[in-house]
Amino acid sequence: MRTLRRVTVTAAIGLAVLLSAGQLASAQIKIGSVLSVTGPASFLGDPEKRTLEIYVEEINAKGGVNGQKLQLIVYDDGGSADNARTFATRLIEEDKIFAMVGGSTTGATMAMIPAFEEAKIPFISLAGAIQIVEPVRSWVFKTPHTDKMACEKIFADLKTRKLTTIAMISGTDAFGKSMRDQCVAVAPKAGITIAIEESYGPRDSDMTPQLTNIKNKAGVQAVVNPGFGQGPAIVTRNYRQLAITLPLYQSHGVASKQFIELAGPAAEGVRLPAAALLIADKLPANDPQKAVVVNYSKTYQQKTGQAVSTFGGHAYDGLMILVQAMQRAKSADKAKVRDEIEKTKGYIGTGGIVNMKPTDHMGLDLSAFHMLEIKGGDWTLVPGT
Amino acid sequence: MRTLLDTRLLPAIAVAAIVIVLPWFFPSAFYYRIGALVFIFALAVVGLNLLMGFAGQVSLGHAGFLGIGAYSVAIGPVYFGMPSWLSLFAGAVLSGLVAFLVGRPILRLKGHYLAVATLGFGLLVAIVLSNEAGWTGGPDGMSVPKLTLFSWSVRSADAWYWIAGTTFVGGFILALNLMQSPTGRSLQAIHDSEIASLVLGIDVASKKLTIFIISAMYASVAGSYLALFNGHVTPDVAGFLRSIELVAMVVLGGMGSIVGSLVGAIVLVVLPQVLTVFHEYEQALLGLIVMVFMIFLRRGIVPSLAAILQGWRK
Repeated sequence: MRTLRRVTVTAAIGLAVLLSAGQLASAQIKIGSVLSVTGPASFLGDPEKRTLEIYVEEINAKGGVNGQKLQLIVYDDGGSADNARTFATRLIEEDKIFAMVGGSTTGATMAMIPAFEEAKIPFISLAGAIQIVEPVRSWVFKTPHTDKMACEKIFADLKTRKLTTIAMISGTDAFGKSMRDQCVAVAPKAGITIAIEESYGPRDSDMTPQLTNIKNKAGVQAVVNPGFGQGPAIVTRNYRQLAITLPLYQSHGVASKQFIELAGPAAEGVRLPAAALLIADKLPANDPQKAVVVNYSKTYQQKTGQAVSTFGGHAYDGLMILVQAMQRAKSADKAKVRDEIEKTKGYIGTGGIVNMKPTDHMGLDLSAFHMLEIKGGDWTLVPGT
Repeated sequence: MRTLLDTRLLPAIAVAAIVIVLPWFFPSAFYYRIGALVFIFALAVVGLNLLMGFAGQVSLGHAGFLGIGAYSVAIGPVYFGMPSWLSLFAGAVLSGLVAFLVGRPILRLKGHYLAVATLGFGLLVAIVLSNEAGWTGGPDGMSVPKLTLFSWSVRSADAWYWIAGTTFVGGFILALNLMQSPTGRSLQAIHDSEIASLVLGIDVASKKLTIFIISAMYASVAGSYLALFNGHVTPDVAGFLRSIELVAMVVLGGMGSIVGSLVGAIVLVVLPQVLTVFHEYEQALLGLIVMVFMIFLRRGIVPSLAAILQGWRK
């Protein structure tokens, strides 16, 4: 019994020492982050982490914020919302962070929100879904555009082409489903009728049957495909194989060079909404975002040797919105910085121009998206968008 | 005193002592959270250990029951207006029922067939949870109303530490007693030789089914606690990786060792937190440490160390 107790005590002390190692207090401003650096969502977390590291270093090299250096603390949740919540508690209780920029997935963000709301710490999320900022929570903000906006952008483009009856084919993965729900919800308001709906699994390798149904449906004028990964590329190929001539719209989920490579010549004429970052070199010189996105992609490519993704851009925007709010607040008071984040006006970021309001903790409008068309194996801007 | 300590309740007293003594060394609420997580997972692991260590059956879908428990306390209060504690019990009963229905046919399978069948069950639960978005909020999950007991709203990490700790000690004692019961003894007999136990007149299938139901209920309660504690639940609670994590905790701590269940949970909950100081290498180190444990303490941490200690005494 005695030995057991001794072992227990020793173990507990050892644990305490280990956990507190490397957390010695210093006079820096601590910015916390929980990202899905590994695991199934690492395509989000990895560029986010690299971006934060690059820019925290850059800010510190320029003297920090209000004369104080930033210290970045990143934890990897491995794509699990439970882990994210544990690390959120750790950032709050142990690291005593000043503000939080992170949360790669909506699940992780939603799991962490109660912790930051309770601790009254500014929290800028990098995840997509609308429920993060709707209803508005006083300490929670987000930088990425939402699926709803992508749907609205597509519908707006349809309207200018005088197309009102569409077919929708969507993936059943998290992204595809969330966007499909948003599209269905905003369609009536946009004056769009969804005449037929089909879906496919994330690992399906042939969508010909679903597309045949769509082809045989009378009155359909265009097809919209909310989806992520290789599914949309297969849809695009099958679409051409069936010789469907209706306009095809893809989502911002496939706004990467990889999609064009996968879909090949079939991608010709496909339209999709995308953030300015992906077409940095294609933007006209007078575009307000031109300088920011060109700079960010150059820096990111130089430091990491990898192509930019919009996800890293979200992290850049989150950090910059926070830093600018801290500079305006001129104090290390969390409530003041929170108020200043809410007052962000005209911030030009990689994701768009941010104008926050007490009722809008994202602050982006449809101008955050550009409508692209694939021509000759490359993106081209659709004029007037 | 001596007789008391020599009884089979000794491990239970030791575990209760750990639960009470540990908070003296906790500098912040974060440690309470880790402590609570350890006990919550240990509860599920004790249940799984009954199945794996004593009945000799592998379940690769145990997180499915964790998921049923977790979503019960999320869906019950939101859609049916049931209080959380009642939803917790309802979830446990539902898990037991599901285990009964699923277990009846699949526990007649042996060896790898059972593992594959439970694997399928776990995947099924995870798919339903992420597809039935109308009820579960889909892949992004849903928020869980706080547990309210007699108008006391349970939220803080230390409150959850005590609730999880107490429940774990209860589940621990229950498991110890179960192992000394006729059912437990027949299970151990089945584990050693299924043919011999059949000859002795033990109803092998029904005993296995009983223990499968019990272990499902353990997991369900743990899942409910996890959901209530986090305040948010996503389908990854029922995911395949979770199931593997639970199996790893059982094997690491020691199959057939109830104390080992706690040790396994401690190692796999606390280590990832400790290893964050190594940044990029944390995953690799975690794997390395687990490998070292399994190479040098082949039967699991607790049984192997016990054998070593016994060797020294002689």
